[in-house]
Amino acid sequence: MSKFIMTRRGLLRAGAASGVALAAPMHFIRGAYAEDISCNMPKGDTVTFGWSVPLTGPYADEGADELKAFQLAVKHLNGEGDGGMIPTMKPAALKGNGVLGKKVAQVHGDSQTKTDAARDNSKRMIERDGAIMISGGSSSAEAVAVQSLCQDMGVIHMSGLTHSNDTTGKDKKRYGFRHFFNAYQSGVALGPVIAEAYGKDRKAYHLTADYTWGWTQEESMKAATEALGWQTVAAVRTPLGSADFSQYITPVLNSGADVLILNHYGKDMVNSLTQSVQFGLRDKEVNGKKFEIVVPLFSELMAQGAGDAVKGIYGTSNWDWKLDDDATKAFTKSFGQEYGAPPSQAAHTCYVQALLYADACERAGTFFAPAVIKALEGFEFDGLGNGSTLYRAEDHQCMKSCLVVQGKENPKDKYDLMEIVKVVPREVTTYDPAIFGGELGPSDAKQC
Amino acid sequence: MFKGLSRNDWIMLAGFTAFVLLMPIILQPIGAAYPALMQKFCIFGIFAIGFNILFGLTGYLSFGHAAFLGVGSYAAVWSFKLFTMNIIPAIFMSVFFAAIFAVVIGYVSLRRSGIYFSILTLAFAQMCYNLAYSVLTPLTNGETGLQLTLRDPRWIDAMFHEPGAGLPRATLFGLETSGGGLGGFYLCAVALIICFYISMRIFRSPFGMMLRAIKSNQNRMRYTGFDTRPYLLAAFVISGVYAGLAGSLMVATDPLAGAERMQWTASGEVVLMTILGGVGTLIGPVVGAAVIKYFENIFSSFGPDTLHGVFSFLPDTIENALVSFLSLFVGEGWNLTLGVIFVLLVVFMPGGIIEGLRRLWVIFTRRRGGGDAVPAAPHPQPAE
Repeated sequence: MSKFIMTRRGLLRAGAASGVALAAPMHFIRGAYAEDISCNMPKGDTVTFGWSVPLTGPYADEGADELKAFQLAVKHLNGEGDGGMIPTMKPAALKGNGVLGKKVAQVHGDSQTKTDAARDNSKRMIERDGAIMISGGSSSAEAVAVQSLCQDMGVIHMSGLTHSNDTTGKDKKRYGFRHFFNAYQSGVALGPVIAEAYGKDRKAYHLTADYTWGWTQEESMKAATEALGWQTVAAVRTPLGSADFSQYITPVLNSGADVLILNHYGKDMVNSLTQSVQFGLRDKEVNGKKFEIVVPLFSELMAQGAGDAVKGIYGTSNWDWKLDDDATKAFTKSFGQEYGAPPSQAAHTCYVQALLYADACERAGTFFAPAVIKALEGFEFDGLGNGSTLYRAEDHQCMKSCLVVQGKENPKDKYDLMEIVKVVPREVTTYDPAIFGGELGPSDAKQC
Repeated sequence: MFKGLSRNDWIMLAGFTAFVLLMPIILQPIGAAYPALMQKFCIFGIFAIGFNILFGLTGYLSFGHAAFLGVGSYAAVWSFKLFTMNIIPAIFMSVFFAAIFAVVIGYVSLRRSGIYFSILTLAFAQMCYNLAYSVLTPLTNGETGLQLTLRDPRWIDAMFHEPGAGLPRATLFGLETSGGGLGGFYLCAVALIICFYISMRIFRSPFGMMLRAIKSNQNRMRYTGFDTRPYLLAAFVISGVYAGLAGSLMVATDPLAGAERMQWTASGEVVLMTILGGVGTLIGPVVGAAVIKYFENIFSSFGPDTLHGVFSFLPDTIENALVSFLSLFVGEGWNLTLGVIFVLLVVFMPGGIIEGLRRLWVIFTRRRGGGDAVPAAPHPQPAE
């Protein structure tokens, strides 16, 4: 074994060498402290948007549709294709030549419907690919996690499908924006319709996906139904991504409840609903009334998965391709031409978010994040499928109409599974932003 | 403290240190020189080094090491939430709780060896995961993940200064480690180098020799009068502490803890890393961790579009067929690529990447005419 002998010269040499080694990477730290530079402002002739979408996991179907919508939005922003909703958007600053004269490029990552993976992906897109904005996600857990990362890194996050009250409630962030409606608005919209259909003397049993969205959805549905005079028998939490719900459904049969409220989404909802129907819940009579199932958040993709089980089931939707306005028709047409199927509500909200961000940059005249945030806050627009809409400045939640839908008894084809029962106007779904608390935080620009 | 290591060891340590610290430059050409990925190289390197102290030296294959990683993460987030955004207390808390968990789990699991030990550790890890995912939600926030909020008390920070607007970043006495930038990377890099040094000392120490003796023949060791269990437990706790440290560094660079990082797939990943790099070698686990994390990042972000770009020079029919076949192996299917590489490696090079490099070295020196001094390649160690 040789000895380690330290000489004065050796020490000096080693010290100098390690000093150089340590200092060299400092060269790569960007020394940008100019006032109107925020994270990843584009330098060349392209601007990069990052899509963080789940391509695996319980919400994978929604994620795949979201990615399609984003790719379509990029095409339209760059002036390819028929422009989709750009011509119908009012007021619109978009010119169809990219954003602020720069062509839009895109990167994407699979968020796996997991918070850790979603953050990893977003970090990669921000740090390696230079994404100036992150959008997508179809779980509220993802949205909450990624938007807090974006707040930290100074990159704007335009959330995709996220329905939890927390996203723009207690976890709201200055850099996070949501176009999709939330659980509270679902409750307000759905309550009167199911009270009319099922009566005011009902006993409800909740099965709830065990994460932020499920919790707030359960809370909002409880509040809405109890205000109508319903009783809540029990509320049971189920882990996200369960395949077998039988252990949760059997107790429902003996609980004395006559309505089952499924606070599930995506594949969870497909599984829990089909299994509930297989267990014969809907053929039962309890307390002299027909047993009913309600799925507060509903989508076409889930209806396709659940097949016959969705017939007659009430729920709410942010948007539906069968709406009869010019914007919806234009979007459905160009999405259909591109992919051969009508868009889902997840695709719609993501497409709209991409357009809204690009439009805000145009109006602000810069990519500087705090200026873009200002342009989005309090922006009043129309012609994107939901009628007149306000991006509320207090909580970054869109105030707009939403839909109460019901599974169709006799669908024409597999895209015609839902019937719009009622369009609930914006005045009804608007609420006081203070009820959920939370703080937006500062909008100061960050270097990255 | 400088005794006990040979000249070669010091050269290796120096080379390793230089490489790790210069990663932002060296990795530039392969597109991996961004902080988030380099942090991962270091963090999973630490995790794998720790795992290798148990698996590489004693041959005990733990399938539940992700539990310690998760415990470390949650402990660190709670330290941020309750006390201070300084990472030193967070690291201490993580290491402390990971050690406690390791003592308890190790005490029970080490009563058995071989496959029973693996299953026991797997069971404990799954228990921890389920506790974090759906039972202890007030403590872990379940699926949503534990995050910092503006309402956190942060008592120690609050004593010294007014909380600023917005969420604070994790710091090391003023050096920001979270929120992007190279600060977090250098923290992880220094931690990795220290951990590597400690593992080297363990490998070269009498204690390391005891652990190797357990691997080669535990019964013989017992007959000579050694009680093996304290040694095993010590190795188990040390590797648990390494995992806890890795967990706390994850949080120091990104203050969020999700239950998924305790899932059995995460435990399996560290086994893959160690075997891929080379079980029982010093540097192998770090290499394995870096390779897996790099491929995960690169392949999972490829889509059919990228492949079309790569093969656009081919005729259309061939291109489309090739792309539709290869797209199975990229994007969400990158695990398939990893699986193929892993199978090939275990069949043809059971000693992992390090053995492959050693073989190359032998071929290289032989061609140079130094044939007489060729060291025999060590007998391949089957992955137990």
